[in-house]
Amino acid sequence: MLALIVLLHFALGAVIVAFGDRVNRRGFAVAAIAPSATLVWLVPRLGDLIGGGAGGPVHLEQVDWVAGLDIAIDLRVDAFSAVMLLLVTVVGLAVCCYALGYFSSSKPGVARLAGLLTMFSGAMTGLVVSDHLLTLFLFWELTSVTSYALIGNDDRIPRARDAALQAILITGAGGLAMLAGLVIIGQSVGTYRLSELTVVLAENPPSGVLVGVAALLVLIGAFTKSAQWPFSGWLPGAMVAPTPISTYLHAATMVKAGVYLVARLAPVLSVLAMWRPVVLSVGAVTMIFGGWRALRQVDLKVLLAHGTVSQLGFLMLLFGAGTYDLAQAAVVLILAHGAFKAALFMVVGVIDHQTHTRDVRRLASLGRGWTTVKVTALVAAASMAGVPPMIGFIGKEKALLASAEGAFGGSWAVATLIVVGSVLTFAYSGRFVLGVFGRLVDQSAADDEHPLVTEAPAPSLAFVAPGALLAGLSLAAGLAPILVDGLVRAATVALHVDSHPKPVVLWAGFNSALVLSLIVIVTGAVMMLLNPRVTRLQAAIHRPIVAVPTAERTFWLLVSGVLRNAKRITRVVQNGSLPVYLMVILGVASITMLVPVISALDGSTPVIDTWLHLPVMAIVVTAAVGASVVRRRIAAALMLGAAGYGMAGFYVIQGAPDLALTQFAIETLATVLFVLVLRVLPRSFEDRTPAVTGSVRLLVSAMVGVGVFVFALAAAQGRDDVDSSSISMEMLERTVPDGKGSNAVNVILVDFRGLDTLGEITVLLVAGLGVVALARTARRTTLASNVLRSPVVDASVRVLFGSIAVLSLYFLFAGHNQPGGGFVGGLTAGAAISLVFVAGGLESVRALLPVRPWVVLGSGLAVAVGTALTPILLGGAVLEHALFTIDLPLIGMLKATSALPFDIGVYLVVVGLVLMAYEAFGEDVDDVDDVATATAPSGVAGS
Amino acid sequence: MTVLIAAATAVLFACGAWLLMQRRLTRIIIGIGLLGHGANLLLVTSGGRSGTPPLVAADGSTDLSQLSDPLPQALALTAIVITFGVTAFLLALGYRSWQITEDDMVEDDLEDRYLARRRTTDGPEAGVDDGDPHTSELEVGEGS
Repeated sequence: MLALIVLLHFALGAVIVAFGDRVNRRGFAVAAIAPSATLVWLVPRLGDLIGGGAGGPVHLEQVDWVAGLDIAIDLRVDAFSAVMLLLVTVVGLAVCCYALGYFSSSKPGVARLAGLLTMFSGAMTGLVVSDHLLTLFLFWELTSVTSYALIGNDDRIPRARDAALQAILITGAGGLAMLAGLVIIGQSVGTYRLSELTVVLAENPPSGVLVGVAALLVLIGAFTKSAQWPFSGWLPGAMVAPTPISTYLHAATMVKAGVYLVARLAPVLSVLAMWRPVVLSVGAVTMIFGGWRALRQVDLKVLLAHGTVSQLGFLMLLFGAGTYDLAQAAVVLILAHGAFKAALFMVVGVIDHQTHTRDVRRLASLGRGWTTVKVTALVAAASMAGVPPMIGFIGKEKALLASAEGAFGGSWAVATLIVVGSVLTFAYSGRFVLGVFGRLVDQSAADDEHPLVTEAPAPSLAFVAPGALLAGLSLAAGLAPILVDGLVRAATVALHVDSHPKPVVLWAGFNSALVLSLIVIVTGAVMMLLNPRVTRLQAAIHRPIVAVPTAERTFWLLVSGVLRNAKRITRVVQNGSLPVYLMVILGVASITMLVPVISALDGSTPVIDTWLHLPVMAIVVTAAVGASVVRRRIAAALMLGAAGYGMAGFYVIQGAPDLALTQFAIETLATVLFVLVLRVLPRSFEDRTPAVTGSVRLLVSAMVGVGVFVFALAAAQGRDDVDSSSISMEMLERTVPDGKGSNAVNVILVDFRGLDTLGEITVLLVAGLGVVALARTARRTTLASNVLRSPVVDASVRVLFGSIAVLSLYFLFAGHNQPGGGFVGGLTAGAAISLVFVAGGLESVRALLPVRPWVVLGSGLAVAVGTALTPILLGGAVLEHALFTIDLPLIGMLKATSALPFDIGVYLVVVGLVLMAYEAFGEDVDDVDDVATATAPSGVAGS
Repeated sequence: MTVLIAAATAVLFACGAWLLMQRRLTRIIIGIGLLGHGANLLLVTSGGRSGTPPLVAADGSTDLSQLSDPLPQALALTAIVITFGVTAFLLALGYRSWQITEDDMVEDDLEDRYLARRRTTDGPEAGVDDGDPHTSELEVGEGS
């Protein structure tokens, strides 16, 4: 059920995005369905989950996902998850209502915001109910991705793009570090389920460097997500997003993901030596720096953003300490923060929407009808500052009490840091209130274009209500802590199994925490009243340290450095010259091939197998070297042909008659094609500007040669280590009984590896189409036939053509048992066609068949595919062959397998390819010449 | 595989590589042809010693161990035909190149050169006032 609800978020989000501007801001009304569904699911179960504050039963769901890796979508809801779910859903609903008022105008892209927000909400819901670390990571990254899209939604604003990029780079990098950490932890503990992990680790406390490193990596992920120093730069930047988005992502939910994970892991990992120093110092530094910076802001929204960073540091500190009493304080605070921070953001959004500014120096007075907004701001800010009787006060006092009473060594220092951070929090809360009430006006900040705000239209009640409601919750929970007491205690027990947390009460009696709270309130109030002086003092302190690069600036320096160096590298490796690319590839390939195998040589390879190899290899090598050095094109092509004939001779010696036949036919055809094309090109090569100089070319070629030589020898040795012929022997043994043929090579081609052959003839078909398409582009279709025909040649070709055609058919039909087959037969037919071409030109070739070459090509593939698929219709497997015996008149009994039609398909494709090649290159040169001059750009034609 | 065959393969590959690194499409095509021969030589000889053609009599009288290895042969046969298809296609490219430029030079990609010379913008783009009332006055970071 819960899995379906999570899925519903994404489906709903996709629907809203798909309808786009047709639903517009109403998309937020649709979006509200998703959190409502979660809430409807959650509320009836809350009683069970709280379970009298004793940990309570939990809800479990499992959906198999990657069974092989033991990854399942394990959903597990305990009381702490319920706390997070309440935050996600209640604030989510409030934001949806609020957005309806905020986006009053019909701006494009609003619906996309609503859809993405729904998806984000689904990711967040999934995150807090995932029990499996890897699904948790999946949802974690989904929140990063959706928040990237949300921040950068208005992609016309450069700052929005930059902020989105910064957010996803930082949280994405942190996420990857976290993944590494989670995998190490999961592997070393033996389970990826959080619930099992905490049990196992509680019994066998973790130790060792590996777990320490893993914990650090996970912490980096949590720190980036929750904007902890020094990764906090992206959060204030993300404030370019519209206020409803900031409210939801950057105040109430996503930034708490890091805190959530630390809360889950701290109870078991805080025994690691590095854990507390790292988490506590990072949390404290974040809390104090964030508060300090918030105090200096003039933009109300940015003030809140830095305040959020500060509060996140506070939460990190409390949860990270890994003791149950601090965790309990943190649970109260995480709820309190969700309510008051969302309310404050909404207040800023209302002011921004009505006055078009958030600058405290210009907010002189808001005018009439703003009472609700002001009260909301006051109440929510009081909760943030920790003033009784707000829920924020209760949480903060619990934190002070627990740290002052000292649950672990050095907790008095934590108490001191909390006091300092809280004083700053009080001060910037005060600054916020002063700003809203128009007490921070600075005439010098206003000009003609941006005048002071003295009167603003009052916002509608519906626009103000969500914020007021959340502020009201802060007050209600503070006055009647019984509302949250059960949930908070159950959540604490869910984190710290054997703990017995004290009840949540407003008045805890006279104790050290009360004294500290009083110190905070008094000091904070003084700083608030002396606000202008504090600001001046801050500026004075800042002047000398402004040269120190901030984390923000370091980030952008890093990004631009990466881009610059990427450009430099690209300039070298991507210089646009194909020969240079090939040189790099060949050089690297030969070295990487050479290095690992050269040590494996043992000199066991025989020098020579049979003396017959010597002459054919001499022919091949001589022809190859000749083809590389001659300057005339035709000569080079003929040398290549000679090498091919040498290879054919080698195949005969090697006992491969099919290969020999194929090679002979191919060499003949290829030579004709070369001649046809080369007749139009200049006679000689002239390389005026070689891309790679001769010596380098020689070096790389030699390296390739040596690499291949060593590789060939090493590979031959490697073959002796294994049972060399097992596959081949099995194929030979099964040739007659299973393949119904004698020629093992042909049986392999059409039966055992028939699917390969099918793929291959498809490639041939594509090549044939490509040849014709390339060569026939921009050419006239009519041809003048001016071939000089010789009667003697004509007559001999007529005789020869018939015999060769019959031979090709013989190869085709006999191929299953004798050397031959579709390839050899088709190529032999191609040779016959070449003869016709030589005698009568393209016209005669066209006259041979009543159909065009592409019909032959296509029908060949169709026959082959049809043969391959027919067995499926008959209930067999693809390419399953059967033996038929047909009694034909005159010829007698014909034994054939269904592999024959497949081979006929191969035959037709090969014939089609040859026909296509003649169709492409076979036209009369004079005629083509005209077109070339006509189509050639004038500037290039003369070169 | 013998030292002789390995050496011949090495020469074929070296010649193929030498031709590949040139500007003339014709030479590149010939180079690919030589590389194909080299690869086939490797494939076929990886099957071991030469033997009699792999034809198995239906009555089971053939001594299978005397036959040459059919599997590398089938692979090489496929390779030969594919090389032919590739050669035909490359020849068509050369033909087309001649139709357009009357030559078969493989020119440098000017687009790549241009991209390499172009200056990229470093770091974040300068803040441009976007005219959006909700965001235009936002000062990120250390405003005071």
